[in-house]
Amino acid sequence: MIEIKDLHKSYQMGSNSLHVLKGINFSVKEGELVSIMGSSGSGKSTFLNILGMLDEADKGAYFLDNIPIKDLNEKIAARYRNKFLGFIFQSFNLITYKNAIDNVAMPLYYQGIKRRERTEKALHYLEKVGLADWATHLPNELSGGQKQRVAIARALASEPKVLLADEPTGALDTKTSYEVMELIQGINDEGKTILIVTHEEDIAHMTKRIVNLKDGVIIDDTIVEQVRATANV
Amino acid sequence: MFNIERWEEIFDTIRKNKLRTFLTGLSVASGIFILVILLGFNSGISNGVRSQFEQDATNQIYVRTGVTSKGYKGLNPGRRIQLYNEDFESFNKKYEDEIEYKTSLYSIWGGQVVYKNQTGNYRVQGANPDVQFIENASMTSGRFINVSDIKESNKVAVIGYKVQTELFKKENPIGKKISIFGINFKVIGVFSDPGGERENSRVFIPISTTQKAFNGGNRVRALSYTFNMSENLDEAVATSFAFSENLENDIRTKYAIAPDDRGAVRVQNTLEEAKKIYSLINTIRGVFWFVGLGTIIAGVVGVGNIMLIVVKERTKEIGIRKALGAEPLSIIMMILQEAVFITTISGLIGLIFGLSLLEIVSPMVDSDYIKFPSVDFNTAVITLLVLILAGAISGFIPAHRASKVLPIEALRDE
Repeated sequence: MIEIKDLHKSYQMGSNSLHVLKGINFSVKEGELVSIMGSSGSGKSTFLNILGMLDEADKGAYFLDNIPIKDLNEKIAARYRNKFLGFIFQSFNLITYKNAIDNVAMPLYYQGIKRRERTEKALHYLEKVGLADWATHLPNELSGGQKQRVAIARALASEPKVLLADEPTGALDTKTSYEVMELIQGINDEGKTILIVTHEEDIAHMTKRIVNLKDGVIIDDTIVEQVRATANV
Repeated sequence: MFNIERWEEIFDTIRKNKLRTFLTGLSVASGIFILVILLGFNSGISNGVRSQFEQDATNQIYVRTGVTSKGYKGLNPGRRIQLYNEDFESFNKKYEDEIEYKTSLYSIWGGQVVYKNQTGNYRVQGANPDVQFIENASMTSGRFINVSDIKESNKVAVIGYKVQTELFKKENPIGKKISIFGINFKVIGVFSDPGGERENSRVFIPISTTQKAFNGGNRVRALSYTFNMSENLDEAVATSFAFSENLENDIRTKYAIAPDDRGAVRVQNTLEEAKKIYSLINTIRGVFWFVGLGTIIAGVVGVGNIMLIVVKERTKEIGIRKALGAEPLSIIMMILQEAVFITTISGLIGLIFGLSLLEIVSPMVDSDYIKFPSVDFNTAVITLLVLILAGAISGFIPAHRASKVLPIEALRDE
C-alpha cells in the first residue's frame, strides 16, 4: 500500500540546514496497523506530513497504492489527499461552527457528492463510531472522546485507502484513549490500513507493528503481539 | 459560480456567523444608502436649478446699442448708435441658417395703458411674432401677433395675464379696446410667461404699428434672437458665441465703433449664464459622486478588512478543509463568493432603502433650488455593478491569502 525508498528531507534554518529525515525505507501492506514512535525531534511529524502529502520530500520515492507521489501541485495534492487519505489529529480539528454530521460530511463535499447522499453517508459513519444520536450537536457540546470519534468518522467518510493518525489519543485521558483505540482496532479489523504516530508505549502496543524513529532514521521495525484495547478497560 | 453545493456551504457559513456578516453588510449598506441619497439630491438640485433657468429660452441673444464713449476713425465720442429695420433684415438674411427665432424690438417706456376707467403702467413693446417663442410665452386665450398684423400695421395688442387681471378684472379682454398713449388698440390675446410677475405685465404690439404710431420711423431699439441648439452643450456654446461675436463685429464695422467700446453696442448671450449654471450643476454632481464613491470605497475597504480578519480567524478551518481535500480554487471561491454575496445583498438593501426614502420624500421637496430628487434606473444599475465589482475586489486579496494557507501551519497544535 505504501512504498517509501530513501526518503530525505531537510529544512533551511537561516544559514544552516537541518537534516530531518536521513534516508528512510519503509513499506506498509494493506490492512496493517502500524505505530510510528520516536521522541520529539526524531522526525516523526515530518515523516507523517510527507505521508499525508502536506509536505514534500527533497529526495526519495513515495508510492501510495502504486501511484508515484511526487511533484504534486496544490490542486492534485488536495485531490489525492481527499481520495487516498483520512486524517485524525491530536486536537481533533473539527470545524467549530458545524455540527457533527456536517463535519463528517465535509470531505464528501470536496468529492463533489450531493447533499442528500452526503448526509446519508455521514450518518452511517457516525453510527459506526456510535454517535448517531449526537449528529446535530456542535463540537463544543461533545466530550474529548466524542470529538475524536467524530473526527474518525470524518476520516472514514471519504473511504480512504490509508488512515493517518497524529497522536490521536494525545489529548485524551487513559480510559477515553482506550475507547478510541478500540474503535481504531475495530476499523483495522475490517481491513483498513492505519498509521498512528504516538509516543505512548501502551498505545503503540495496541498496534500490530512498531516503527521506531530516531534522528531521522528508522532504528527499529518490529511486528508485535497486538494488545486488544478492550482488555485494558 | 453557480454551484448550488458551494452556495449552500456559503449560506451555512453566513448563517452561523451572523454578527460578523451583519457588521460587514452594515458598512456597505450605509455606503450605498448615502450614495443614493446624495445622487438623489444632486438630481434634485439640477432639476431645481434647471427649472429656474427654463423660464426663458436659454440660447437667447439680445443686442442693444447705446452712445459711443470713444472716438474712432475720426468720429467723435458721444454718438448715438441707432439700428434700423434694414439692419435687422440684413442680419436675418446673413445668419439665416443659424437663427431659429428673431425679433426686432421697439419699446415704449412708461406706457400708460387705459381700459375704460382702469389705468396701469406697463412695458409696451413693439415686436415681431417670434417674440412669443423667444420669451417662452404661452397663450391663455386669443392669439399672438402674426405676420399680417406686421404687414398691415394692425392696431392690435397682446397683453400679459397680469395686465388682464388688473385692467379687465373678470371681463373677457378679447376684442376690447385699450388705449396706449391715447391710441386705441384691439386686444387679440392674453399670454402667460413662466418668468414671473414682471414678465407678465407687458403688452406686445406689432413693431410696424409701433414705429408708425409712436414716431419710430424705421428705427429699432434692440434685436433679440434664439438660434438652433445643438444637442451638445459645448458645441452649442461655441456656435452661439461665434454667432454673437460675428453679429457684434458687423455692427461695429457698419457704424464705425471702436472695438473696445463696450457701451456703444452690447450683445448679451444668455447661454453664457446657462453655461455657468450647467457647469455648476456638473461640479455639484462631481462632488456628490466623489463623496459617494469615497463612502463606497470606505465600505469596501471595510469589507476587505473584515474578510482579512475572517481569513485569519478561519486559518485553522481553511487548513482543515485543505487537509480534507479542498483545492485552492475552491477556497478562493468560498471567500470571494462570500464577500461578493455580502456586498451585493447589503448593497441592494442600502439601495432599496435609499430609493424608497427618496420615493417618499421626493414629492414633498419642491423648493426653488431642490426639486423632486430622484435616482434614475441607469444610475441605480451602475451603482449596483460598481458594488458587485467592489465586492469582488475587496474579497480577492483575502481570498488569495486564504488559498495560500498551509495546512501544516494551520493544523499545528497551539
